[in-house]
Amino acid sequence: MVNLVWLILLVSGILAAAATGRIDTVTASALKAAEMGVEVAFELIGVMSLWLGLMRLAEEAGLVKGIARLFGPAIRILFPSLKPDSPALGAIIMNLSANILGLGNAATPFGLKAMQELQKENPEPEVASPAMCTFLALNTSAITLIPATIIAVRLKAQSAHPTEIIGPTIFATGCAMTAAIIADRFFRRGQKL
Amino acid sequence: MSVIGEISRWAIPFLLLVVPVVAFLRKVPVYESFVSGAEEGFKTGVRILPFLIGMLVAMRIFIDSGALELLGRALRPLLLRLGLDPNLTAIIPLAIMRPLSGSGALGVATQLIYRYGPDSFIGRLASTLQGSTDTTFFVLTVYFGSVGIRKYRYALKLGLLADLVGLLAAIWIVTKVF
Repeated sequence: MVNLVWLILLVSGILAAAATGRIDTVTASALKAAEMGVEVAFELIGVMSLWLGLMRLAEEAGLVKGIARLFGPAIRILFPSLKPDSPALGAIIMNLSANILGLGNAATPFGLKAMQELQKENPEPEVASPAMCTFLALNTSAITLIPATIIAVRLKAQSAHPTEIIGPTIFATGCAMTAAIIADRFFRRGQKL
Repeated sequence: MSVIGEISRWAIPFLLLVVPVVAFLRKVPVYESFVSGAEEGFKTGVRILPFLIGMLVAMRIFIDSGALELLGRALRPLLLRLGLDPNLTAIIPLAIMRPLSGSGALGVATQLIYRYGPDSFIGRLASTLQGSTDTTFFVLTVYFGSVGIRKYRYALKLGLLADLVGLLAAIWIVTKVF
């Protein structure tokens, strides 16, 4: 599936460029994007080192376990396959909280950390575990209480009420999250291996 | 609203203060622990690099070549025949872009907001859509890539389904509220 989507993006892009006489943009875009990938990754390394360092402190101080115990019962319903004291739960909670607060660059390190912890409990290391699917569904549909970037864009575009979309945004994202949780149940049951 | 804004503003300084202090009180060698945790940051960053580059290159070619625009135009008559409100067709490129690329979608949303006005129907819908779903495809490739997962099982289907529900909910609520 990923292979196919990736190929379609490339092939349709190049064909479209050829058909519209913009073949030069392909070269420029490809090189620019490759460069950008490195920039993004290196920026991420700084932020990630900071958060993973702090995360290690929180772990060794027993705080991550504490958080997992506090919010665990609610989260654990969604992750029945995880051990009750799984270290992944703490990272998952941190990732979701960062997402909800709109701290995008703190969310990624916690998310990647959660994936590493989930991978440790995964019996088939090359196949996504059900817990990973649930986590990513929550992660990509998670509620952001304040969509700061888009509010900034609206403000710049001289909106009379830049923040009026907060309510509708929370509603829409809430629907998406609910759908993700419900659908996850069905998919998981259908795919028992 | 302002309460949540304040929480967001204080969250990081609060964590940076509380976590090291509590760790110190619990006899953790704070600096050494921090450094050994931070070490993982570099490894993770390097591990996700190829996935980032692979996705970004394909995505940029797809957008810059005009393929996205062509796809939007091709889908238009089909969606109109399925009963889509003609006012909604302007949103198609954003709906396609949203799961693929965060910066790409922000670009498309910004264009829509400027062209139609931030307080127009399309402007509000674009804003709501941009804030309400995430870049499912991108997140999946990077997160799975970072731990070496090759088979995504039903994760992609699930994420895209949630995006679709988010899109429909956004259209419904924006039509209702404003």
